[in-house]
Amino acid sequence: MHIPDGYLSPSTSVVMYAAMVPVWGMAVKKVKETLKSKQVPLLALAAAFSFVIMMFNVPIPGGTTGHAVGGTLAAIVLGPWAACIAVSIALIIQALIFGDGGVWAIGANCFNMAFVLPFLGYAVYRAISAGGRNRVLGSVIGSYVGLNAAAFCAAVEFGIQPALFHTAAGAPLYCPYGLAQAIPAMMFAHLTVAGPIEAVITGIVVYYLQRSAEESLFYNATA
Amino acid sequence: MPVYRKLWFWIVVLTILSPLGLLAQGTAWGEWGTDELKEMLGMVPQGLAKLGETWHAVLPDYSVPGLDKTFAQQAVGYIISAVVGLAVIVILSYFIGRALAKGEHE
Repeated sequence: MHIPDGYLSPSTSVVMYAAMVPVWGMAVKKVKETLKSKQVPLLALAAAFSFVIMMFNVPIPGGTTGHAVGGTLAAIVLGPWAACIAVSIALIIQALIFGDGGVWAIGANCFNMAFVLPFLGYAVYRAISAGGRNRVLGSVIGSYVGLNAAAFCAAVEFGIQPALFHTAAGAPLYCPYGLAQAIPAMMFAHLTVAGPIEAVITGIVVYYLQRSAEESLFYNATA
Repeated sequence: MPVYRKLWFWIVVLTILSPLGLLAQGTAWGEWGTDELKEMLGMVPQGLAKLGETWHAVLPDYSVPGLDKTFAQQAVGYIISAVVGLAVIVILSYFIGRALAKGEHE
């Protein structure tokens, strides 16, 4: 789901940065209000987990690959704003050091995986696990929904390119595949393989935390 | 907080197992390099070719330059990349977290 440089036009990339800047600003503000000192190692742990889990590429039928992100898990423990910061850090380092995801595309990749994913995943988790019940079920469904929503956003960003940006002769300038190709391809990969993996990993970790750790490890703020 | 220590143990396990992620064949949808695009489409979109050159990563695709011949070399490169990435991310997020977090008072 890491959009590389060249697949989005510069103007699309700028729009996605413009969308992310206020989100990052708000995240900093919210995390300043809610993050406790003793949670700082957990923030580092969440960013580390998200980074390393993304290295596990899994084969998708049809010859491509996908991977989990771990963003909903971060939101369940730290809240969605801190999860946004943790996953953004992982994505920015992936782009700068490893060329995984473009530098122009950092705004778009963070929008999809560090904003849409943890926030929607967390909202679904909250709705299902209200009052601290059904945390595991909520985390499984929430993380599945979150990952697929992020993939859908990426597919739309890819898919609008050929219609908007092409040469006078009609040749695509950036991503060559339109919505009709990008959406089915991305959704098939994430609905069938990457999403279930994200869901199972999230569910296992939430189950493990619930069994072995104090309940206080979960983020419970109402905001 | 002993649970934190247990969770770091799992990060180490995942790092050691990370070369499993190399076994998956093929490229994620939309993440093809220009040579792959050329093979698929017979052309490389102009803008894509230009913008794709924006940034040159130190450890491209989690590989260490020179360690790319055999699977064993790639696996070592992948683990080194994981360790480097984790170190940078942990230090960065720790300092960002420290700068943002409230004091010790409960």
